[in-house]
Amino acid sequence: MSLDKPYTDVPGTTIFDADMSRLGYHLNQFCMSLMKADNRARFKADERAYLDEWPMTEEQKQAVLDRDLNRCIALGGNIYFLAKIGATDGKSFQQMAGSMTGMTEEEYRNMMINGGRSAEGNRYIGEKK
Amino acid sequence: MARITASVYTSHVPAIGAAIDTKKTGEDYWKPVFKGYEFSKEWLKNEKPDVIFLVFNDHATAFSLDFIPTFAIGTAAEYTPADEGWGPRPVPKVIGHPRLAGHIAQSVIQDDFDLTIVNKMDVDHGLTVPLSLMCGEPQAWPCPVIPFAVNVVQYPVPSGRRCYMLGQAIGRAIRSYDEDLNVQIWGTGGMSHQLQGPRAGLINREWDNAFLDQLINDPDALSKKPHIDYVREAGSEGIELVMWLIARGAMSDVAGGPKPKVAHRFYHVPASNTAVGHLILENA
Repeated sequence: MSLDKPYTDVPGTTIFDADMSRLGYHLNQFCMSLMKADNRARFKADERAYLDEWPMTEEQKQAVLDRDLNRCIALGGNIYFLAKIGATDGKSFQQMAGSMTGMTEEEYRNMMINGGRSAEGNRYIGEKK
Repeated sequence: MARITASVYTSHVPAIGAAIDTKKTGEDYWKPVFKGYEFSKEWLKNEKPDVIFLVFNDHATAFSLDFIPTFAIGTAAEYTPADEGWGPRPVPKVIGHPRLAGHIAQSVIQDDFDLTIVNKMDVDHGLTVPLSLMCGEPQAWPCPVIPFAVNVVQYPVPSGRRCYMLGQAIGRAIRSYDEDLNVQIWGTGGMSHQLQGPRAGLINREWDNAFLDQLINDPDALSKKPHIDYVREAGSEGIELVMWLIARGAMSDVAGGPKPKVAHRFYHVPASNTAVGHLILENA
């Protein structure tokens, strides 16, 4: 029997379940390594060389180099792990989250000040607002 | 005997910690957030708990993908604030309460809940931001803290129902402790927010406030809410709210006592990407 995954029809959302975790294990463990200051320094000095120390896929490495967080998530990354890359870059969580929405940093910040993204039209894929 | 005098519920946003640490609490953006905790700081000084049992989630800090405990209780003598990538927060180390924590671990495991026992871990913003919000910037935290980490990062995460029942078991364990202690239980994380993907920034003010109403008045019914409702209505990271049901389950009324008193309630949008919710319930 296959597992029930009711969360696959939520738009713009990837639930980090066991399947995603398996896909993203090395990507996320690379992110964890950035919790040490000397690892952050080594990564910043030569990102490609540092990434090559991890058994990540080429796609995952490229997504990190591009700072394409949506792509990282599609490849098994989890936002709490990916946040370590943003922290290494000196970015706030708001800048990281905003970077995934297609909005400018200012647009995203203003949306949040104005009460955030409404749940209306955002509960199911294809739901009408 | 030990007693649970109150439960405290609060969001634990990393940007709140950064605002405190970089002295930005007086800025227009942050003022309304911190205003919501002015009462709480005075309240905590007057209440003077002997121990805080603090339910939080680790954000890929102490637990990587190597080990993913669903429920983990800290039984260590002390815990160091973690380096989450920005460097460690400049806050006091957290002093534990190994004897009470060991008692709770033994009682709750024998009560059929499998806890992971943790004797060494660094604690992230999930634990230190609530302490900062409630205590300000002291030289030392006012009392020992027992960290209790819940997995809400990798699915499957525990259901609200299981959290609520676990809270009841924790309540029984604390009330059976032989020392006369005033214990508070804090549930942290939430409210509505989504940090990932094109749907990032989701906030649901109506749902959050209905959650607060139901948490106060009918936690048993609230505990039956399925995960998918949290995801659809409160954003993918809104699932952190299941942790509030652990604290709520430990309150006296759930064990047949009188209804708790609402000492304080606060709600504000936004703090960074999230809605901030905060509640203090006192046992009669």
